[in-house]
Amino acid sequence: MIIAALLPLCLFLFPLWKITLEAPQYPTPLGMYIHINDFSDANPHDIKNINIMNHYVGMKYIPEAIPEFKIFPAGIIITTILGLVVAFLGNYKWFLYWFILMTVLSIAGLYDFYLWEHDYGHDLDPKAIMKFTNPDGSVMGFQPPLFGSKDILNFTAHSYPQLGAFFLALGMALSMVAYVVGKKARKLVLKS
Amino acid sequence: MKNLFKGLATLVASATLIVGCNNTGSQGNGALSSSAAEKVYVAPGEQDEFYAFLSGGYSGNLTVYGLPSGRMFKEIPVFSQFPTSGYGYSEETKPLLNTSFGFVPWDDLHHPDISQTNGELDGRWVFVNGNNTPRIARIDLSTFETAEIIEVPNCAGNHSSSYVTENTEYVVAGTRFAVPVPQRDMPIKDKKGNFKGALTFYKVNPDSGRMNLAFQVLMPGFDYDKAHPGRGDSHGWFFFTTYNTEEASTLMEVNASQNDKDFIAAVNWQKIEEYVANGGGTKMPTQYMHNVYDEETHTATSTTINEVLTIDPTEVAGAIYFLPTPKSPHGCDVDPTGEYIVGSGKLSADVTVHSFTKMMDAIENEKFSADAYGIPVLDFEAINAGSVKSGGLGPLHTEFDAEGNAYTTFFISSEVVKWKLGTWEVIDRKPTYYSVGHLMIPGGNSRKPFGKYVVAMNKITKDRYLPTGPELEHSAQLYDISGDKMELLSDFPTHGEPHYAAGCPAELLAPKSKKIYKLEENKHEYATLSVADTKVVRNGNEVHVYMAMIRSHFTPDNIEGIKVGDKVYFHITNHEQDFDVPHGFAIIGANNSELLIMPGQTKTLTWEPKKPGVWPFYCTDFCSALHQEMQGYVRVSPRDSNIELSWSLGED
Repeated sequence: MIIAALLPLCLFLFPLWKITLEAPQYPTPLGMYIHINDFSDANPHDIKNINIMNHYVGMKYIPEAIPEFKIFPAGIIITTILGLVVAFLGNYKWFLYWFILMTVLSIAGLYDFYLWEHDYGHDLDPKAIMKFTNPDGSVMGFQPPLFGSKDILNFTAHSYPQLGAFFLALGMALSMVAYVVGKKARKLVLKS
Repeated sequence: MKNLFKGLATLVASATLIVGCNNTGSQGNGALSSSAAEKVYVAPGEQDEFYAFLSGGYSGNLTVYGLPSGRMFKEIPVFSQFPTSGYGYSEETKPLLNTSFGFVPWDDLHHPDISQTNGELDGRWVFVNGNNTPRIARIDLSTFETAEIIEVPNCAGNHSSSYVTENTEYVVAGTRFAVPVPQRDMPIKDKKGNFKGALTFYKVNPDSGRMNLAFQVLMPGFDYDKAHPGRGDSHGWFFFTTYNTEEASTLMEVNASQNDKDFIAAVNWQKIEEYVANGGGTKMPTQYMHNVYDEETHTATSTTINEVLTIDPTEVAGAIYFLPTPKSPHGCDVDPTGEYIVGSGKLSADVTVHSFTKMMDAIENEKFSADAYGIPVLDFEAINAGSVKSGGLGPLHTEFDAEGNAYTTFFISSEVVKWKLGTWEVIDRKPTYYSVGHLMIPGGNSRKPFGKYVVAMNKITKDRYLPTGPELEHSAQLYDISGDKMELLSDFPTHGEPHYAAGCPAELLAPKSKKIYKLEENKHEYATLSVADTKVVRNGNEVHVYMAMIRSHFTPDNIEGIKVGDKVYFHITNHEQDFDVPHGFAIIGANNSELLIMPGQTKTLTWEPKKPGVWPFYCTDFCSALHQEMQGYVRVSPRDSNIELSWSLGED
């Protein structure tokens, strides 16, 4: 359980998510890593170049910082401390509660990410250079996928979790393992 | 019984395999050797195996080609103004073309040589010579741009240049036209004995590549034609061919061709270096310019130097000897081992080869046949290793492969002849189209040649391509030399007049080729690193426009308050940081050129408006879907108007 609680800290070392944009003119695709406290270029100047591309359709610049960059790290530190407390107390039931808490928070995080992506892809400058409409006449949005790949005009956008997210998932899985093992041990104690 | 069958079956199977292999093997080779097209075909999206840097001769520039395709990738402006990029027109690059004769916007570029370490190509820089107004330039092989140009004082016709020693310790400049040193007003007919031929050695800084004139050997007034460094055992020596040892000054085609033998001058630069280190040499007043381009300021500066250290060759014991070589030798080439010095008597049928070992022996045993102005002339028989009797006519230049073969061009008989070093036997010969000058094997003048292709660069084109009126591009031929016999693969036109060329494997340069200039490293005096810093500043009748450009607009794009008679400097910074997104800048009536500005770079164009009005400027490089919209206006008012300077972007 200690390991389970500590693994999410890897999010400070490794990115959580990556969005990649492929197009014929970009033999090296443009890419952006999302960390819990930062956006970073996959290759030098990628974010700047994504912004230049996006300004044609009126998308906002990718901000330097968003409030989540403060909330997410705090959340991770708090849940890690909680996890460690739970681990030291050693009550296996709390392992499950910690897992549930982490699941709820992760889903909330993903939902937040989705909302941001939606806003980023739909809140377009009315003076956009190029305006595209869907077949039904509504304004075309440029929201990248939450998970998976999607064609957006000349680009193919990919959105996939990165090492940080895997460590988070591994930590959560370990807490479940700890719970199951703890439960079995408890049963054994009871039986004997 | 079963086992026996199994054994038999295996035998049959392996026999079939062997036969099968043989069949496919020979068929494969046969098919390959028959398809020249396949060998030069580089499929779409794939890249060439070698870079080739071909001199542009009277274009003054250096062209970059790919081999085996023969496709041209870039023309690098060196000694000539180049309106395509604004080179030599922009305020930043004008200083590169400064000389002691003033601004000289053209030259005749002959002999590229790639820098070496331990006798092997290291791909840091390529050095080229300017023949007419003697200069040497250094091109940076991470940017493929001219980084430095230094003038050669006391020289005229910088032809035996710009070859490097095997660790790029020095790059040399030898004078083709003997002249009075120092220059003075005197009768031409008094040339003999009174002119000098300067051989100049520039020390190359091993880190920055910057050149500094170390010393200049004032040789007898012959014509110093071509040169190459010693390597291996002969490292420390430099060899220069001479012609016109008659010292004629008129009707040279006859009068300079009278001596049966001219010389190859062998110069021990290590001895001279030592002599200089011990305080030797005489400082002579002179004037030459040293122009250096700084990649961070994106700006070149010129410095005038007023002194040169000269060396009297008779004062340095054991440093300089003459090797008699028949018939006005032109090419002077040293084989990869450093043992053989090949002199091509251009009026001869034969190629003369000297042995370095024999030369050292002759020096030690003082086997001298004469002396010329106090410089010992070694006995021809004592140093001669052999000669190649090929039956060709007019040998010019020789390159080498890694298997002990040499390839010599014959101008008059228009062919490349392959021969064996040591035995001097001719192995193969192939015609060229027509009248070949230089040839080039990548690394063919280093310790480590890449003997896969040879490029022959011809002087005469005639009917090789569709006619384009009286003036034609020159023609090159590519031969496969990986087998015993050379195989002609393709023809391709070359720009200007290629003389020598230098080539190297693509992987030596491609990975370190710069993609952009980093904006945060831009230290240009007038750089605008943020759009917030864009402005227009008046200083008397000088107006400085601090402008930024990014897809797809200029900041500012409306400027008012400029007056007739102003001198307007557009200092434009390209804010892009993506590979291959240059922007151009052109303004109506500019008396210079456009600018082509690379991502992260700042360039300056000067504009002197002559008429009141509203004048447009625009981006010349199709940069994006909104390229046509990348434009702006400058309002020019009469000289006496009092309209205040103002500038804006996106304000209605």
